[in-house]
Amino acid sequence: MIITTQPILSIITFLPLVGAIFIATLPKAAANNARWVALWTTIVTFFVSLLIWVNFDTSTPAFQFVEEYAWLGPIKYKMGVDGISMLFVILTTFLMPLCVLASWQSIEERVKEYMIAFLVLETLMIGVFCALDLVLFYLFFEGGLIPMFLIIGVWGGPRRVYASFKFFLYTLLGSLLMLIAILAIYGYAGTTDIPALLTTTRLPPDMQFWLWLAFFASFAVKMPMWPVHTWLPDAHVEAPTAGSVILAAILLKMGGYGFLRFSVPMFPLATEQLAPLVFALSVIAIIYTSLVAFVQEDMKKLIAYSSVAHMGFVTMGIFTVTTQGVDGAIFQMLSHGIVSAALFLCVGVVYDRMHTREIAAYGGLADRMPIYAACFMVFTMANVGLPGTSGFVGEFLTLLGAFKVNTWVAFSATFGVILSACYALYLYRAVMFGSLDKPALKLLPDLSTREIAVLAPLVLLTVVLGFYPAPILDVTAVSVKNLVAQYEAAIAGASQAATLP
Amino acid sequence: MIYSAIVFLPLLGALIAGLFGRFIGERPSEVITTALMMISAALAWFVFIETGFAADAAKTAVKVPVMRWITSGDLEAAWVLRIDTLTAVMLIVVTTVSSLVHLYSIGYMHEDDSRPRFFSYLSLFTFAMLMLVTSDNLLQMFFGWEGVGLASYLLIGFWYHKPEANAAAIKAFVVNRVGDFGFALGIFGVFFIFNTISLDEIFRQAPSMTGKTMNFLGYDVDILTTLCLLLFMGAMGKSAQFLLHTWLPDAMEGPTPVSALIHAATMVTAGVFMVARLSPLFEQAPAALEVVVFVGAITAFFAATVGLVQNDIKRVIAYSTCSQLGYMFVACGVGAYTVGIFHLFTHAFFKALLFLGAGSVIHAMHHEQDMRNMGGLKGKIPITWAMMLIGTLALTGVGIPHIGGFAGFHSKDAIVEAAYAAQTPGNYAFWLLVIAAFMTSFYSWRLMFLTFYGKTRAEPDTYKHAHESPPVMLIPLFVLAAGAILAGIVFAKPFIGYGLAEFWGTSVTPDKDIMHHMHEVPEWVFWSPFAAMVSGFGLAYLYYIARPELPEKTATAFRPLYLFFLNKWYFDELYDAIFVRPAKALGRLFWKGGDGTIIDGTIDGTAASVGWATGKIVRLQTGYVYHYAFAMLIGVALFVTWFAWPSGFGSTGLGPAGVR
Repeated sequence: MIITTQPILSIITFLPLVGAIFIATLPKAAANNARWVALWTTIVTFFVSLLIWVNFDTSTPAFQFVEEYAWLGPIKYKMGVDGISMLFVILTTFLMPLCVLASWQSIEERVKEYMIAFLVLETLMIGVFCALDLVLFYLFFEGGLIPMFLIIGVWGGPRRVYASFKFFLYTLLGSLLMLIAILAIYGYAGTTDIPALLTTTRLPPDMQFWLWLAFFASFAVKMPMWPVHTWLPDAHVEAPTAGSVILAAILLKMGGYGFLRFSVPMFPLATEQLAPLVFALSVIAIIYTSLVAFVQEDMKKLIAYSSVAHMGFVTMGIFTVTTQGVDGAIFQMLSHGIVSAALFLCVGVVYDRMHTREIAAYGGLADRMPIYAACFMVFTMANVGLPGTSGFVGEFLTLLGAFKVNTWVAFSATFGVILSACYALYLYRAVMFGSLDKPALKLLPDLSTREIAVLAPLVLLTVVLGFYPAPILDVTAVSVKNLVAQYEAAIAGASQAATLP
Repeated sequence: MIYSAIVFLPLLGALIAGLFGRFIGERPSEVITTALMMISAALAWFVFIETGFAADAAKTAVKVPVMRWITSGDLEAAWVLRIDTLTAVMLIVVTTVSSLVHLYSIGYMHEDDSRPRFFSYLSLFTFAMLMLVTSDNLLQMFFGWEGVGLASYLLIGFWYHKPEANAAAIKAFVVNRVGDFGFALGIFGVFFIFNTISLDEIFRQAPSMTGKTMNFLGYDVDILTTLCLLLFMGAMGKSAQFLLHTWLPDAMEGPTPVSALIHAATMVTAGVFMVARLSPLFEQAPAALEVVVFVGAITAFFAATVGLVQNDIKRVIAYSTCSQLGYMFVACGVGAYTVGIFHLFTHAFFKALLFLGAGSVIHAMHHEQDMRNMGGLKGKIPITWAMMLIGTLALTGVGIPHIGGFAGFHSKDAIVEAAYAAQTPGNYAFWLLVIAAFMTSFYSWRLMFLTFYGKTRAEPDTYKHAHESPPVMLIPLFVLAAGAILAGIVFAKPFIGYGLAEFWGTSVTPDKDIMHHMHEVPEWVFWSPFAAMVSGFGLAYLYYIARPELPEKTATAFRPLYLFFLNKWYFDELYDAIFVRPAKALGRLFWKGGDGTIIDGTIDGTAASVGWATGKIVRLQTGYVYHYAFAMLIGVALFVTWFAWPSGFGSTGLGPAGVR
């Protein structure tokens, strides 16, 4: 096949960068050209990325489309995807054109720079999911901070500086520990090649413990897990709409991806030992942040807190290390990528019209904006985890996995399904229902064609994946099965070793 | 093919009206959804006769695979339509009532601007309900379960300008979610124990699990009892049983046809259906069944007491529904599942009749629902009166023991007899049901007398303009009235009589003993509901026709009790105080105290980031963005390069000390 001989992953990764460079060469006044170039770049990238889905072999857990070049001495430039990472690449490339469209009119200052930042960010995000070398991964992982920091700090709301620094400091501090851990792994194994580390390296239990904690510091902040989640609501509130979309849909997923790629398979003994900690934090996140979401007065903050709660299901599912738990966690991440992106876009729609995110400033919008109300309802229901939407599948599977491992965890986390109904319906009611008596709202137009073009694919995906999640579950199945089997073998091996004299 | 048509035609209608209603117009939306629903109903009756009565009918379930759904490891949940007699009974109940309600709504909603949306929701509801009753695994049942919940939420809040309607809609959804919390845990538990969620496989394995225990929340508990109770929690929510009943009366904020379809005839009976569907599982868990009886009996009694004193015509019927659902659960709990389903079946006709009749009254009175402002309507709307009368006769169970009577007589009296035969401690279930039957009779006749008899208390203008409903609303009433009269006498034999084994096939597993014993109870037991019914009527006649000053006096004499009933045993206040307000207070505490003071306080403080950050703000705002970004990028690159190059670093042990 032609595809397998081409460096397809590098092409997808660096196409946006090419677009960014092209935009940089445009004259300063060419705002509209910058928009169009960005849109076409992201669309082309998306279609090219579909090639890896079409050609993906779902019968093997091995890395596919692997590229390997010598780079910095022992550090290789090595790319590849498996069932765990492939769909995140697609999710990224899929959401990017929508982000560009969503920023079409709401960004008027420094459009060129904005589009460059987004395209660079896309390159770095795709790189994170494709990198098969620890250092390369780290570069992409950390590099993504910079454009995001700028997007919040330059094009954000009134408290953007506070929010962007909070975002930057939290995530950077977490990552520094990970960097030290990467050094240590290199020191022990003499390689930073991820497939090699996954298959051949057996780290000693003590070392696993510390490395696990170091990686955890970074990924837990990224997720974010309770109690290091407080940067997220601030970052979301201040970020421009498309920034929130990327933050919620992709950047948060890097934490979950990291757990699946590194923590569980490379440090299985520590994972088993520390899983109770993760369960505790996940359950607290689900209940605590759901309750906090319930009393928010700002739409974006409410959705941000709801994101933290949903990520609680993800961490819980991953650390059950059961087929259903991990399948569910991956599905939940992808679904949340779609649904939270859509919810932030929905907030953006009314923010563009009214320039406020305060829930109390709205009410009765269903009268003026019926199409908007219908879209918002679909996403609200997905957020609530209604069967028949994508939001249900992941939540259900992670809870199913959790029940096998610990009934207390499943029992407490299931409270989340009650609480999510409370806050999501409260938001919907306050914004959409009631009578439309605020004078400013009386002339609001319904969704424009551009906005429909942005939301329609998301509505479709939310519903289709709810009824027919097989395309995703089939891709992840073999890799997840392999992950779980290797984990169980490692645990069994360790306990056997322990019983030997 | 025919099975798929029954289930998916309503979905098609919902999509057409929902997506294209604004383009095709209101009348076409109504006609299309109603017509599709009627085709579906006709097909359902065909399937019902085929499945239940055909001599050569396959007595095992027919399964129609539709599509894959969730596959993960050993979990295989597919979209499958399962048709057996139990399903067929539910199919005709759902499609018949739904098509009549569709038709009725064309008249009832004719002044509303968003009829396409209304009809789309109605059809969507029907689709979800059909998915529920045709489910072959617990997950599809859960889909239907929550799907009807969504439709119910949308329809209760249909008039979204009304704050009460919005509040009621959210309450319905959230309280149902509390029930679903148990249902979901039940599904997890079932998968954990049986490693499958497909019904037949669960039933096959269930007997081998009797008496075994598992660890749940740190306790060793009986497996089957725990699973059944968790699943039953879902049933309690959906069927508005005691403790989870609070949403049903408030749901009356929705348009009346909705109350008839969802909150009387179909959705609220889903819990009863679930217990009957899972009867092979519940039969293995006697302790769980005792709980089912207890909850059912308490609900039947409790809801009837509240029904006695309500003034809103719809709320009286709502509490009546709640109470009748309790009867059905008692029947299931004592093992007489087919009796419970029989009451579900007859109840669907006469309760939908009563609701649609009440809707006709409300329509005539220009949306007046308070019975204190009615009276004397018999002459004004005689057809509605006659229909309501039939509904009342059926609900109160008018009939002569051993001979026959209205629909409710056959099914309700059978439940009372089964309850006696089951010999609960002190026969409490039997006595609670008999007392409830007395109260049922009282409040039903109270409703009739207050609405139709005596001198009118309505506004003179309203009264003068009170008018009979158009034919499009009356025809559904006639059909339902025929059902309310005949459903009992025609179907008693196959449903609960000696023909039951052939009729039900393998679809329900009734307790064999109870089905015999219920026919062998003492003679006075047969007559006790009759006596309750007659005395309830007598008392209501005395209070509201003969001596109309008595209600006032009684209310004054027993004021605390009256207020206790009037305020629905203060459940709303109680729940507000122990759940709603603490949840909000906790939310605020976590937000301001936890996130704000403790977490951010600690982190901001230790990093002293404020001073550090303000130094940078200046730069950001003066356009040094590029420099800064560039500096960072270079920094990271250098940092990485430093440790990784030259290649000797790692192997010479430059890693952090102590990790080796």
